[in-house]
Amino acid sequence: MNELPPPAESASGRLVLIAVVVVAIAAAFLYTAGWFTPSRLTPAKVVDTLAPPTGPALGFRRNHAKGICFTGTFDANGAGTALSNAQMFATGTYPVTGRFNLAVADPKAEDGSARVHGLSLRIRTPDGREWRAAMIDAPFFPVATPQAFYELQVTSARKDDPGAMKNFAAAHPEFGAFGAWAGSAPFTGSYAENRYNGLNSFIFTNAEGHDQTVRWSFEPAATPVFVPPDELKKRDPDFLAKDITERVARSPQRWTMTVAVANPGDPTADPSKVWPDDRRRIDVGTLAVRKIEPEADGPCRDLNFDPTVLPAGMRTSDDPFPAARSAAYSVSYNRRTAEENAYPRATSGGKP
Amino acid sequence: MNEVRLQFTTLQRALHWVMAICILAMLFVGVGMVSTIKPEYLTLVSLHKPLGIVILVLAVLRLIVRWRYGAPPLPSDMPEPMKLAARLSHVLFYLLMIAMPLIGWAMLSAADYPVIVAGMRLPAILPPNPEMHSMLWNAHRLLAFSFFALILLHLAAALFHALVRRDGVFDAMAPFPPHPPSDSGVVARRRD
Repeated sequence: MNELPPPAESASGRLVLIAVVVVAIAAAFLYTAGWFTPSRLTPAKVVDTLAPPTGPALGFRRNHAKGICFTGTFDANGAGTALSNAQMFATGTYPVTGRFNLAVADPKAEDGSARVHGLSLRIRTPDGREWRAAMIDAPFFPVATPQAFYELQVTSARKDDPGAMKNFAAAHPEFGAFGAWAGSAPFTGSYAENRYNGLNSFIFTNAEGHDQTVRWSFEPAATPVFVPPDELKKRDPDFLAKDITERVARSPQRWTMTVAVANPGDPTADPSKVWPDDRRRIDVGTLAVRKIEPEADGPCRDLNFDPTVLPAGMRTSDDPFPAARSAAYSVSYNRRTAEENAYPRATSGGKP
Repeated sequence: MNEVRLQFTTLQRALHWVMAICILAMLFVGVGMVSTIKPEYLTLVSLHKPLGIVILVLAVLRLIVRWRYGAPPLPSDMPEPMKLAARLSHVLFYLLMIAMPLIGWAMLSAADYPVIVAGMRLPAILPPNPEMHSMLWNAHRLLAFSFFALILLHLAAALFHALVRRDGVFDAMAPFPPHPPSDSGVVARRRD
């Protein structure tokens, strides 16, 4: 038995063994990091595709780049406790920080040019938890999966190939419905008149431990006045920001938060599919927007409205979007906070 | 003859190997989570945070144990630069094991994220500050790759001691009991 062979003979073999072990672990690490799988859809790739051909607007959100901050309150009526034991549904008033925004990558885009408007919220409760959400005024999402969203961005950037979008639409039939909505649904002339929809489904758990899959929407108290898009395009480039600032200065603007509960078999994993209108709906409280502040110095500027920041009593469902959004929002946040200087603050930058 | 402890204490060795698994898992979870948009992203993130806190607690405990029990001496025939490298690497490991979780926690605090660990909210350890967030995030990433490189170096050195030099340095931290066993718990120096 050669239990311990003479070191001189085997030293090189042992060094090779050591090298093999080290290289194998390093390779496993790099594989995990995606180095050997260039086709893997990383959050950085998704964020990269959102940039216009001229490059991203440094210091701004990579999508929904133009927006305005607000603060306000959420008055829970207590009805939501039937669905979730999150404290924000217990009767009471909770502070809100939020943001109205346009689904554009260019923060200098004209307000009249944006088809999709958004509302982002953070509601804090005394138990130290918070709820963050980012909604849009479209009634359903353009595509069924994060992968398809990525492909949509890549395809729509391909101005060289006029057939690309047709092929995309053929491969993703749900996209046609979105196109129909975008082309026919009436525009409003105010952030205050939009209904904002969460679109993604989440699971609510009540005090009895009962789970239900839900989607939420914020219904405006203001009556929508529809305006032809051509007329909106003639308005001031910042008319939406000015309008909401004036409205809120006059009186708080309100929305009712309504939660729809899925029936068994409803498409909970696909935000491009609406649930039937007859689903159980519960009005759980009222959002009151009380103060508008420009974004440059506003309280929403440095917040990431990550839709997976949820209080106990809420969690993600089989809908793959919140995870993908969380991963991508994080990259967007990391990039824009590293570019602080490119987006000057109006007051705090006070140079000596 | 003075009896010299040639192996780390059982507690030290247990801490070393448990933490080795935790830290290696942590680094894999870290690079894995930032490179995917799949639902596993959330699973990995929710693993990353509590594991970081576990590593922080164990690292502080380990530092106290190290102060209390010290380390077995390095072999007298080990070249001085190698001894220096060994001691320096230990200092770097302690710095990283304690700094990395704190930087991660501070980074989330500076970004104004609620730091939820295993269902509990931890206090923010920094006020919201985007520039600070950016600095800490860069540091977290850079140090993570440095940490992994240091682990590879440490592993190569450990195997070099175990397989080539066979000078008892690996045995000092070996996961198994002293070999050959002795009543005093002190291993005899094994030389080829």
